[in-house]
Amino acid sequence: MPHKDTDGTVPHGHGPMDPGPDPHAPLTENRRALRIGIGGPVGSGKTALVAALCRSLAAELRLAVVTNDIYTTEDADFLLRNGVLPASHVRAVETGCCPHTAIRDDISANLDAVEDLEAQLGPLDLILVESGGDNLTATFSKGLIDAQIFVVDVAGGDKVPRKGGPGVTTADLLVINKTDLAPLVGADLSVMDRDARARRGDLPTIFQSIAEDKGASQVAAWVRAQVTSRVAVA
Amino acid sequence: MTTAAGSLATLLVLADGRLPAGGHAHSSGLEAQVSAGRIRHLADVDAFLRGRLATGGLVASAFAGAGCARTHAIEDLDFAFEVRTPSPALRHASRAQGKALFRAGRAMWPAPALHRPDVHQPVALGVVAAAAGLAPEQAAVAAAWHTISGPASAAVRLLGLDPYGVHALLARLAPDCDTIATKAMTYLEKSLDDLPADGAPLLDIGAEHHATWEVRLFAS
Ligand SMILES: Nc1nc2c(ncn2[C@@H]2O[C@H](COP(=O)(O)OP(=O)(O)O)[C@@H](O)[C@H]2O)c(=O)[nH]1
Ligand SMILES: [Mg+2]
Repeated sequence: MPHKDTDGTVPHGHGPMDPGPDPHAPLTENRRALRIGIGGPVGSGKTALVAALCRSLAAELRLAVVTNDIYTTEDADFLLRNGVLPASHVRAVETGCCPHTAIRDDISANLDAVEDLEAQLGPLDLILVESGGDNLTATFSKGLIDAQIFVVDVAGGDKVPRKGGPGVTTADLLVINKTDLAPLVGADLSVMDRDARARRGDLPTIFQSIAEDKGASQVAAWVRAQVTSRVAVA
Repeated sequence: MTTAAGSLATLLVLADGRLPAGGHAHSSGLEAQVSAGRIRHLADVDAFLRGRLATGGLVASAFAGAGCARTHAIEDLDFAFEVRTPSPALRHASRAQGKALFRAGRAMWPAPALHRPDVHQPVALGVVAAAAGLAPEQAAVAAAWHTISGPASAAVRLLGLDPYGVHALLARLAPDCDTIATKAMTYLEKSLDDLPADGAPLLDIGAEHHATWEVRLFAS
């Protein structure tokens, strides 16, 4: 039976991966998990970043993932294959050809998925919501997430930060991924850095290559700080 | 039966396709039929929408009207809708949209009736309409409109059809939505068993296939 749960999400039938009782001490008792949205164009490395963050943070934070990608089982399989997260911690949302609608204008299915994960798994510290690949104007609603990361890549050309758009300009963190490819595509990272600063003022930007840093350590540190500062104000 | 109509602009708010109530992710069975090759052109969409309105549209309209008028207990009404929905995938889709509608309804017109377990979309529509101060016939017309506006928008996205052509279909069908709602009102005094039960077996079968696809764009 494909439909057993009661929310708007698709369960992934990967069976015996239930992690059992969670070993981590609760960080955020009686509070919902911090929700971080990860947006950006198709292929920029959003799923790779989710996997890297799971690798870096799964041992210290209770985390789960919601994906809006149309290749839902592929994303879940990827996380599974890499041994970073059991299938029970991944939910997929269908977006009806409109990935930006599902994260911005009508967030109901994503909210259902987030709430269902917390209901099924118990208290969590962090939920990552990966948007379906979209364009430079797609950002998350504040009704869905607490903070958002926008991922672009060097292979898309060094003009991307200059083009701007709400993702590049307003995301809480801009990640410029695949720096390992810069020499191959003739992208000038210093141009991207200068343009990102001009667009973003004081908001942070991180250059990284997940190919070279499998745990996305700088982004993981930023995420960790978000979770910690939230606990501190709780 | 006539009840004083509520605010027309409020009805527009409830029936707006941009209402964040989960509808955008559902094609009302259209995606399955498009993939099966049965729907390709504007004329096919026209036939699909007419079929939807006359079957599922009438059922949804009658249940939304009854949910708004409270002629039956909501649980009973919900069960009666459940048994009229043979496909588990469509039951799931309808409940998910009912849940989303309650979420939106609670934000817009807070009412105790909206803090309850989820119900099927048409029943939820009736309950939310009542919370908004709308009349049963207005709930019924919103339900009829919802059964065609959702798949029409899915058709634009899936088939790349001319949006003016699709909206011309919707404009032609708008009076039919009124007619369906008027018909739905004739069921208001009827017993649960006598509420309409029209269906479309091919859509039920299509929905079950659709639910097994690995890659799909719409949730149903
Ligand atoms: N060379 C290189 N490839 C990367 C890097 N990060 C991701 N990729 C590759 O880029 C492709 C798209 O990544 P994915 O995470 O699926 O992108 P998404 O569509 O944004 O989720 C995959 O083949 C990844 O392996 C990186 O830092 N360097
Ligand atoms: Mg992805």
